[in-house]
Amino acid sequence: MFYREVGEFKGTYAADQVVFPIRQDRYFVWAVVAFAFFGVPFLANPYWFSAILIPFLILSLAALGLNLLVGYCGQISLGTGGFMAVGAYAAYNLTLRVPWLNPLVAFLFAGGIATLVGILFGIPSLRIKGFYLAVATLAAQFFLDWVFSRIQWFTNYTPSGSLNSPPITFFDFTFDTPARKYLLCLGFAVAFAMLARNLVRGRIGRSWMAIRDMDVAAEIIGIRPLYAKLSAFAVSSFFIGVAGALWAFVHLGSWEPLAFDVNRSFSLLFMVIIGGLGSILGSFLGAAFITLLPLFLNQLPAWLGLHWSTALISHLESMIFGALIVFFLIVEPLGLARLWRVAKEKLRLWPFPH
Amino acid sequence: MGFFLEVLIGGLMAGVLYSLVALGLVLIFKASGVFNFAQGAMVLFAALSLVRLMEKMPLPLALLVTCVIMLMLAYAIERLVLRPLVNQPGISLFMATLGITFFLEGFGQILWGSDIYKLDLGIPKQPIIILEKVFSGGILVGSDDLFATIVSGALVIVLAIFFQKTRIGRALRAVADDHQAAQSIGIPLNQIWLIVWTVAGLVALVAGVIWGSRLGVQFSLSLIALKALPVVILGGFTSVPGAIIGGLIIGVGEKMSEVYLGPHIGGGIENWFAYTLALLFLLIRPEGLFGEKIIDRV
Repeated sequence: MFYREVGEFKGTYAADQVVFPIRQDRYFVWAVVAFAFFGVPFLANPYWFSAILIPFLILSLAALGLNLLVGYCGQISLGTGGFMAVGAYAAYNLTLRVPWLNPLVAFLFAGGIATLVGILFGIPSLRIKGFYLAVATLAAQFFLDWVFSRIQWFTNYTPSGSLNSPPITFFDFTFDTPARKYLLCLGFAVAFAMLARNLVRGRIGRSWMAIRDMDVAAEIIGIRPLYAKLSAFAVSSFFIGVAGALWAFVHLGSWEPLAFDVNRSFSLLFMVIIGGLGSILGSFLGAAFITLLPLFLNQLPAWLGLHWSTALISHLESMIFGALIVFFLIVEPLGLARLWRVAKEKLRLWPFPH
Repeated sequence: MGFFLEVLIGGLMAGVLYSLVALGLVLIFKASGVFNFAQGAMVLFAALSLVRLMEKMPLPLALLVTCVIMLMLAYAIERLVLRPLVNQPGISLFMATLGITFFLEGFGQILWGSDIYKLDLGIPKQPIIILEKVFSGGILVGSDDLFATIVSGALVIVLAIFFQKTRIGRALRAVADDHQAAQSIGIPLNQIWLIVWTVAGLVALVAGVIWGSRLGVQFSLSLIALKALPVVILGGFTSVPGAIIGGLIIGVGEKMSEVYLGPHIGGGIENWFAYTLALLFLLIRPEGLFGEKIIDRV
């Protein structure tokens, strides 16, 4: 009754091509973003910020990057953790060796370096596809793991291999309290989500989707796989690199190579699958789901009055993740985002279903 | 020269162990087109089941019960995962096996515990010295390595006969070639999948026993699947001999690189060396050494 496009007349091409064509959608998104910027900082407590909201936002950003590659371009990647590590260590070395460089600018440069590495490891995708590519990206993961734990230059010759991030300042403003860090991450997430949204509905995004749906056919209608695939790797790695820098600097504060191991890659892939392949919203939903599930499982025995060991909980967690992946692949291959879309379709007819 | 041969033999032995895990991967891929990432988790699950059952019952009985467990596992996977996902693109099935991996790792450790268990099958462990007359000092060969090699050699021969000579083996190859055609001439797909996953489960059990008796049965067994991936890439997904030869190449390559290349660029390179080797190889020959040629059609 309230949610419908009837009565919305578009007078210009520009109005026809806006990101959210339905007015209610537009208002809703603006309201959510406004609430996230102006409402949440006053409502949440520091625990929420540092345990839920900040990891959620950063992982959303990384999942978004991975979704561009896997969901939009159909190139499966298990090297996400490695590319996040590239972002983190690049940002660290940039701030260390170029002291006058602002950390926020360093994040973007770190994303740029991750882009280069991503393109390098994306080159095999021109020859191989599917799970062959998954294995090739695993090579990237293990190689990068090794580089950052063995080559001392990257860790500035610290004996333990663990690094501390410098404070993040912007002119005289320091992002030190949880609320400020949250706003920083939120800013990045919103900006990159807008960027991704506009990329995927443009020429480049369409060429990715054509490659995903059938690469030989796409090649025949004049899409060059070289550009399409490598640009997908480049953009995806840029997102993931920035997310990695944020993860290290903002969320962890001090970290070691183990923070970006192959399990990080798997959990990001799970976010993308559960959230929805080929959906911007899905990246956020998936990240929220996978951030919240362990917290929920940790609380659950206390609510039920049981005493479970942490080992049991972590095994249970991996069981539930595994079962959920299979469940989503069978029941709803398009993930949580698809459920959201179905709900909206229903809402258009509500309360008169015929 | 003696040292070189020792490294070479060590590499070959390690390669045999990789081949064992790779074999399971190839079997399932050949018969159902599923790239089974869960093979490592199956190795862990089988080894854990066996080692915990051995505490309660004698070895032959424990082996039998573990075989039954692997059969039940294959049935559950076929019923709950593969059947609903039939006709889905290969990549969805691959991601489903990722899910199975996590499920099995959690489930196995809840069911059987997550400590390190010692698996002792009474295989002699002391090294044997061979070729003493040719080189001074001879060459050290672990007798458990030798045992592993013999077992996997026997396994490969049995599997080859099974695939080439028996009725079921022919049906398996038919299914691998073309699902629809196989179904239309009356081969029951579901049964074939059940059989092939069971066989893969038994191969996983053998791999689990041999790896477990060397390293102890523990969570890290599940990670050896990650080592088997470059093996199948190198050997070709659709070839049993490919899995064996790929395993040997990777095993030797890893050891050689660790010994001769490692000191120059920093140790620990065996984690990624195999992958890089496989990756470079893929660029030249995407279907692997013995794989069937990949043909794209619109």
